[in-house]
Amino acid sequence: MIADALAAKRIAITGATGFLGTALVERLLRSVPDCELVLLVRPGRRTDVNRRVQREILRNDAFERPRDAWGEEFDEICSRRITAVSGDVSVDGLGLSPGDLELLCGCDVIIHAAATVSFDSPLDASIETNLLGPNRLLEACQSQGATPHFIAVSTCYVAGNRRGSAAEVFLADTPFSMDVDWRAEVSAARRTRADLDAASRTPERLRRFHRDARDELGPAGLPLLAAKTEQLRRDWVDSEMVTAGRSRATSLGWPDVYTYSKALGEQALMELQGDVPISIVRPSIIESAFAEPSPGWIRGFRMAEPLFVSFAKGELDTFPGYPEGIIDVIPVDMVAAAIIAVAARGPVPEPEVFQVASGAVNPLRFKVLTETTMQWFQDHPVYDAKGHPTASTQWNYAGASGLEEQLDRAMSLFNTAEKVVHRLPMRGRNDFTIRLAQRRAGLEQIRDYVLLYGAYGKCEALYEIDRTTELWESLPEADRERFSFDPRVIDWATYIADVHLPTVIAQARVKTTPQPRTGPSRNERLRTAVLDPARHFAAFDLENTLIASNVVETYAWLATRRLDTPQRVRFALRTLAETPGLWRRDRRDRTDFLRYFYRRYRGAPVGQLDADAAEMLSHLFLTKAFPAGLRRVRDHRAAGHRTVLITGALELAVQPLAPLFDHIIAARIDSREGRYTGEMIDVPPTGEVRAQMMVDWAAAEGLDLAQGVAYADAASDMPMLEAVGYPVAVNPETRLVTIADKRGWLCENWERSPGGPRPLLPIAPPFRVRANTDRLDRTHRSRRARATVGDIAEGSRR
Amino acid sequence: MTARKGLVLEVDRTTPPILFHHGEGLRLEKLPIGSRVVYPNEPLDPVRDPERAIAEALANPLGDRDPLASYMQPGMKLTIAFDDLSLPLPPMAAPDIRGRIIEQVLDMAASAGVDDVELIAALALHRRMTEAELRHAVGDRVYDAFAPHGQLYNFDAEDPDELTHLGTTDAGEEVVISKRAAESDLLVYVNINLVSMDGGHKSVATGLSPYTALRHHHNVHTMLHSTSFMDPESSELHTRNWRQGRLLAEAGVKVFQIETTLNNNEFPSPYDFLKRREWEMTPRDRMMLMGTKTALDLMSRRQARRIFQGIRAPYGLTSVQAGEVEAVHRQTLTHVYRQHLVRVEGQTDVLTMGLPYICPYNVNSIMNPILVACLGLGYFFNLYRGRPLVRHGGVVIMTHPTPWEFHPVHHPSYIDFFEEVLADTTDPAVIEHRYEKRYAEDEWYRHLYRTSYAYHGVHPFYMWYWCAHALEHLGGVIIVGGDKAATQRMGFRSASTMNDALEMATDVVGRDPSITHFHNPPMLMADVV
Repeated sequence: MIADALAAKRIAITGATGFLGTALVERLLRSVPDCELVLLVRPGRRTDVNRRVQREILRNDAFERPRDAWGEEFDEICSRRITAVSGDVSVDGLGLSPGDLELLCGCDVIIHAAATVSFDSPLDASIETNLLGPNRLLEACQSQGATPHFIAVSTCYVAGNRRGSAAEVFLADTPFSMDVDWRAEVSAARRTRADLDAASRTPERLRRFHRDARDELGPAGLPLLAAKTEQLRRDWVDSEMVTAGRSRATSLGWPDVYTYSKALGEQALMELQGDVPISIVRPSIIESAFAEPSPGWIRGFRMAEPLFVSFAKGELDTFPGYPEGIIDVIPVDMVAAAIIAVAARGPVPEPEVFQVASGAVNPLRFKVLTETTMQWFQDHPVYDAKGHPTASTQWNYAGASGLEEQLDRAMSLFNTAEKVVHRLPMRGRNDFTIRLAQRRAGLEQIRDYVLLYGAYGKCEALYEIDRTTELWESLPEADRERFSFDPRVIDWATYIADVHLPTVIAQARVKTTPQPRTGPSRNERLRTAVLDPARHFAAFDLENTLIASNVVETYAWLATRRLDTPQRVRFALRTLAETPGLWRRDRRDRTDFLRYFYRRYRGAPVGQLDADAAEMLSHLFLTKAFPAGLRRVRDHRAAGHRTVLITGALELAVQPLAPLFDHIIAARIDSREGRYTGEMIDVPPTGEVRAQMMVDWAAAEGLDLAQGVAYADAASDMPMLEAVGYPVAVNPETRLVTIADKRGWLCENWERSPGGPRPLLPIAPPFRVRANTDRLDRTHRSRRARATVGDIAEGSRR
Repeated sequence: MTARKGLVLEVDRTTPPILFHHGEGLRLEKLPIGSRVVYPNEPLDPVRDPERAIAEALANPLGDRDPLASYMQPGMKLTIAFDDLSLPLPPMAAPDIRGRIIEQVLDMAASAGVDDVELIAALALHRRMTEAELRHAVGDRVYDAFAPHGQLYNFDAEDPDELTHLGTTDAGEEVVISKRAAESDLLVYVNINLVSMDGGHKSVATGLSPYTALRHHHNVHTMLHSTSFMDPESSELHTRNWRQGRLLAEAGVKVFQIETTLNNNEFPSPYDFLKRREWEMTPRDRMMLMGTKTALDLMSRRQARRIFQGIRAPYGLTSVQAGEVEAVHRQTLTHVYRQHLVRVEGQTDVLTMGLPYICPYNVNSIMNPILVACLGLGYFFNLYRGRPLVRHGGVVIMTHPTPWEFHPVHHPSYIDFFEEVLADTTDPAVIEHRYEKRYAEDEWYRHLYRTSYAYHGVHPFYMWYWCAHALEHLGGVIIVGGDKAATQRMGFRSASTMNDALEMATDVVGRDPSITHFHNPPMLMADVV
């Protein structure tokens, strides 16, 4: 009996937070009542391993069954039987404390299920985890003089891209074996990383990364651009490493870097085995559970699911494969059961391979898979956002490469479109831009899946399971019932339609009912969040966030306020002629532009300009304001938040907006003897300076940035948006639309009041008071000399 | 030639399509046979010499007042308050009657050696008048002599230093008015009594008062008990204003009231056809009508608005009277009624009206949906004496495009009222209870009212309260041609044609309803017997 064989045994498991690992932990906990578990878990960046075990393993729905069965004792049982140790198989020495090392190596069985299962990991990442990971475990045991039963989980596909049957033997024992030195592969991978890193630092490359960062963010300020440039550089190295991994793997006949590294890992284990008894379990493609802990249980998205979902949404109508091809799928519970059975059987001196696969005994043909899927989606159509069902189409088969080419062509089209759109003077959260970005991302994902999946589709190997079957048949009846791993019992059509697809669809969160969505939309939820009384402050940009105007218009209005008509015309023509130059300067550097531009205020009388600015509130600001924006400022105040305006506009110009804000941070120009000098007093709040000023202000006021809300419209405001916990993109530039949508920021489209005045040029209405203008200022404030009524009498006598 | 009286026409097969105002446009509607059309009286003959009429009124005051000249003393404080740009509608062709009267008053003051004079635009919670608007109302001469020195200005109901609390009436109404007006030796108030609700004690008690005083009669309760507010005898609004006015007098505020009445000659050439009865139109009128209608249909609303807002009416002065408030107002009312009252027998199931482009609060501005409702259900609906023209539970059908458009400078609190308050509820009482105080005391609205050209934060509430009587009385409101979203927001229904609207109305009033069309403007008031 398996349960008896493993009773009182201590079993170590790596990779417990993964799909197979979780299934193993649950199964052992539930079906082998007396064993103890030691889980080697990588600590999270901020969470310790016990929390990770709680959150990522025990709270998974796999544990619903034991939870129900044990009720309140569940926690007690878990804490008694499970010990989590903090470690990482991808670093030398496993990152274990001496005590934990002893605990781990003192186990009777070690099940090594940790792996980088991503098929497109960077070359060195796969090598470190999949190749060197088992080695490190093995070395740890040997260093402690321990000889536990070491069960390594590998994959059937280590047999490589070949046709025909693949037996349960080590690669070295097959006629196709290639003499690859795993040590050479390790050092080559590490060297490749170093070479690529050096290559990424050449001046040309760095210039290109910088240019790309600028293209993406616009004039966002130095720190942000630098961070983006560095990120692009690292991404480039990583993506080159992915390519390097893929090409190295395919050059040696493996479909991808995963199987390549796994195969070399097996090879290394054999070589380093020593006294440690080793068993290798090779599952094929692990899919959702057949029966345990519940039919259909799955964790995360596996391989073919994204393709199914894309098909159901009508995004993809071609399947990478051939109708008569075999796809070797095995439910996760069967793999877990097989591993437990191997563990229960105990170690044998010569290492053995157990393949857990379906292809040889109960093959699933593509035709069955696709037809069942098609039928299922016809019966259960996916509904789009508007509640319309997606019509399912006939699924075509294409050799993987044909589809790849199609997708590549579509991708390059999307890339071009996106570049064009980013250069268009569009604003606001337009569906087009978002759809474009989403479709592009979706397409990219599909292409990646097709690329990977295609390799498996093309793989026509048949994995034999003779040894596994033998093990199965040696089990007593009771164990067979409890630990079923006989793939012959699966009826594929039923499995796909009744077990697999329902959970896939649930996981994919696609709509399968026509009812329109109920409850608040994402934007509504975000809006409630930004107006929650728990927020501390709201910072607002001015131009294109609260008003559809800019510093040039403000200047034009103020400058024309006291000009006569011919002067106005000349002014308008001159300003129009200057516009392209100003625009260029602004694009290059906002601060430089403001310094250059504000010099025009030199010589303007202080009092008169202030009075004109008060009038400008009505004629320019309110006319061009977004009423919803002004309402939002006041909503924030009503919610008890502090409000701050941060703008590169001149303080004197925005002064009339003061009643809306607790504080205004604006550009200030100096004055001497009652006239402005046009020189700036301090650095104007633009780009990263703006963010810094907001941060400083919040710090001085004792406000928490994480509880701050920031409203801005341009990619150059990214530092300000990123500094707070609740960024809001208002009428965003196309670049920002994409970023905001990706990051789940609130996006507001605020418009000017419909029907309001739309002056063609920002020119002040003629100033008609026939009085000395300099005197006007005095009369505004002080009690003035009284006009005698006699003036009137005189006038009427005339 | 004496002006012909208005009449009630019964539509028969020979009746041509009836002209409906439709915002900045016109509609021609064929009404069902048997419908009634109430036509206004034709414009009364104006007084021959307005200057002389003014002089005579000032010299022969009514009630307990001496001739104006006798009050003028050197060293005295004189304040002249005048109606703001909400009167008259459309604005009067220059010279404005206010300017003419003010010049005479100022002449008198000047010859008596009075040198402490201030002129105040009595705008209560309306928007400040711009320089151009003030110039139009008082004339360039007065403006240039006083405005540059700060002696001609807009009333500021939110300047606590410039208000005086004079007491509280027996019914608990606070009386607060402009400090300058209260402290003057004489307060001359120059009225334009366009309709019967204007003038009397309402002039000072409303025009120069802040929110704290206005809230006692600008509220839902008062409006529900003013049936109608155009009929001072049955108007709670007036009762309360009168109480405040009498307290003012008791507190020693000496008001010299000047009231003027105008005929309903509201449209200048080439818009004469707007004053005609359809069957009397000349071929030239018809040509102008069709040409204008076609042009307006082709034009953008912005262009059409510019044209309409440019209309200045060639009103004729029909009377001017001066003296003590109540005595003056009694006489004024007879003149107003002489021009406006048209006798109508019995109520109707369905009342139709064509809403024009203007109401008191969108001069040089945009008639937003709230103002559309207020013009139709507030003003037009209340232009009755006796009983409402439409029966209880009846339906009002009005024509107006009702676009979702707002003037961002003039009506900022309207925008928020529409987006926030009406989205929540359209019940005036709930609105009053839930939102009024917040809007009335909002700092930003206060700032805009005082320094920009915005109506006070609470003003849209008053517009909605103005509709309260109609909303309670009616079984339904349909706006023909109204923007669907905007109409729905206000709790009304929109119809694309008059026929559809009449069909929809039968849901409420049953089959074969009686239909009456209120052919206004030119201005008329239904005397329902």
